[in-house]
Amino acid sequence: MVQHDEAAYWKATLALIRNVLIVWFVVSYGFGILLAPMLNNIHLGGYPLGFWFANQGSMYIFVILIFVYAKLMGNIDKKFNVHEE
Amino acid sequence: MSLQATTYIFVGLSFALYIGIAIWARAGSTKEFYVAGGSVHPVLNGMATGADWMSAASFISMAGLISNMGYGGSLFLMGWTGGYVLLAMLLAPYLRKFGKFTVPQFFGTRYYSKAASGTAVACLLMASTTYIIGQMTGVGVAFSRFLGVSNATGIYIGMAIVFMYAVFGGMKGITYTQVAQYCVLILAYTIPAIFISLQLTGNPIPQLGLGSDMVAANVSLLHKLDLIVQDLGFAQYTTSTRLSTLNMFVYTVSLMIGTAGLPHVIVRFFTVPKVKDARSSAGWALVFIAILYTTAPAVAAMAKMNLLKTINPTIMAANSDIFAPDAQIVHADRPDWMSRWEVTGLLKFEDKNGDGRIQYYNDKSKDQAFQAKAAAAGWKGSELSVNADIIVLANPEIALLPNWVIALVAAGGLAAALSTAAGLLLAISSAISHDLLKEMFVPDLSEKAELLAGKIAMAFAIVVAGYLGLNPPGFAAGTVAIAFGLAASSIFPALMMGIFSKTMNKQGAIAGMLAGIGVTMFYVFAHKGIFFIKGTEFVDAIGGQNFFFGIEPNAFGTIGAIVNFAVAFAVKNMTPAVPQDIANMVEQVRIPRGAKAVDGAH
Repeated sequence: MVQHDEAAYWKATLALIRNVLIVWFVVSYGFGILLAPMLNNIHLGGYPLGFWFANQGSMYIFVILIFVYAKLMGNIDKKFNVHEE
Repeated sequence: MSLQATTYIFVGLSFALYIGIAIWARAGSTKEFYVAGGSVHPVLNGMATGADWMSAASFISMAGLISNMGYGGSLFLMGWTGGYVLLAMLLAPYLRKFGKFTVPQFFGTRYYSKAASGTAVACLLMASTTYIIGQMTGVGVAFSRFLGVSNATGIYIGMAIVFMYAVFGGMKGITYTQVAQYCVLILAYTIPAIFISLQLTGNPIPQLGLGSDMVAANVSLLHKLDLIVQDLGFAQYTTSTRLSTLNMFVYTVSLMIGTAGLPHVIVRFFTVPKVKDARSSAGWALVFIAILYTTAPAVAAMAKMNLLKTINPTIMAANSDIFAPDAQIVHADRPDWMSRWEVTGLLKFEDKNGDGRIQYYNDKSKDQAFQAKAAAAGWKGSELSVNADIIVLANPEIALLPNWVIALVAAGGLAAALSTAAGLLLAISSAISHDLLKEMFVPDLSEKAELLAGKIAMAFAIVVAGYLGLNPPGFAAGTVAIAFGLAASSIFPALMMGIFSKTMNKQGAIAGMLAGIGVTMFYVFAHKGIFFIKGTEFVDAIGGQNFFFGIEPNAFGTIGAIVNFAVAFAVKNMTPAVPQDIANMVEQVRIPRGAKAVDGAH
């Protein structure tokens, strides 16, 4: 593989990691902690919303994030032809 | 059949299952002893990682702490799951590509020196030993209740069993045993939660029950809980933060990055066949972990409600007067589960005002009106002390569930405590016998001598942990949080820089690790005693409790990690650059193609 591709592959990888981390941060630290007092004015069933993100929502989203990352990362591997045979 | 007999049968059957599997899959070579031959399916690996991960802290202790802390306790939930996202993206695939067995081996190669791997071994031992102290606290709770003995006796018996257990199997036994343990512990955790959720809300799914209305009432469970805890002078359940928003924030960060820095978790991702599997393995692990973690807040809230309802039978009525003279139960008429737990010393009643009834309330409430009413009612302080670590095990008893459910929970608690303690002991044993002894001091150590050295190291670790577990620095989950802080401040930053920086050199990495774990240990020991020995706390000499922006010692790993990064980059800029072949190697680690089966010096 030529040098150029390797740099582009790493750039694509870092961009994906950055995007996942933004969602990761917003649902846990954002909705679950910093904005929780505000979100608690909204209710999801019997749950105040900020409390729900801290106790339930962030964890569901973490699980989804890992599988989305694994899928997209697999696509990037194939696109740059660096996947395992 | 009596409760005690049922418990013995459940625990006995579950142990027969684990031991049977361990014999069936008995470890052969040293390589198999540590990493199970690199051939475990991602889903099974995920389940085993789940069992390994969900220790006494998660199973026995966490929901009890959440029960006490309310919303603030959610830092454990987010902190101990969010780290898997970091692990899946930032570490697991690259460490798998790197193709070494252990974290110190990675450090030795990437930072091209024995000094780097030696530093990593020291940090790892510090974190793992602290972790095991927390486990032993939980083991003590589980065994004392299971055998009906004092907490100290429970710890002694637990030490012996954990040791035999870890020596017997090795990782291969443990991988399949842990799949079985996962099944036992997840059933033990969710079945009582389903029963209790049905009782209280009519919804069998605890995750939904927590957000539902109470049975036969037009009020949501969480709202009702908020009302009754405030009746007793406690802070509102759904909004009480842990000390401060800043503290809660850094505490969560510390647990997350600690997750991604703990060797016994990382080593799991060395054992999958491919880089691709390393990514999805973390996802599967989190699926199995999240089943317990999303149930835990329901267990916490419902246990709190049932406990308060047991002591104050009239509190659920809309206009109850909890200060009425007969509002609390008489101690002599207490339910059986209270007397069973009194034997262990973890539940204590002291009749401060001599009325024979149990007053359980927040006697440190800052609400003057509440304190005045309590004084007028003749209350002289809270009379019941409930160790937070007993809540999960006592939960089915408090809810008066059938005996077989209580027995199942006991079996689950023991499974959780044993599986993690065994995994950690293996990490300690391989660090000492292989990474330290063989790699650094005695290169021609025979395989047999290496195994023996590993077993001696395990025995030593368990004695230290058991001794400190008798006077633990906190509840099980709190002590484990400190272990995470130590890993967060040392291992995680050095791993990150090893993968994401091509220029980080050995001097920077070593200085960073020492500085990071150094400030963290200083802050923790100031609060909890030097090496957790009671009576050696020195926090008052240097600024008082939580003096650093009100951050508690359990949360300090985040600050340690920041120090680690800063020192590492400063030292790097002052010392010789990283050799070219190492920089090339880092580039190779970044692409999945060409990943070989794990090799190493085993």
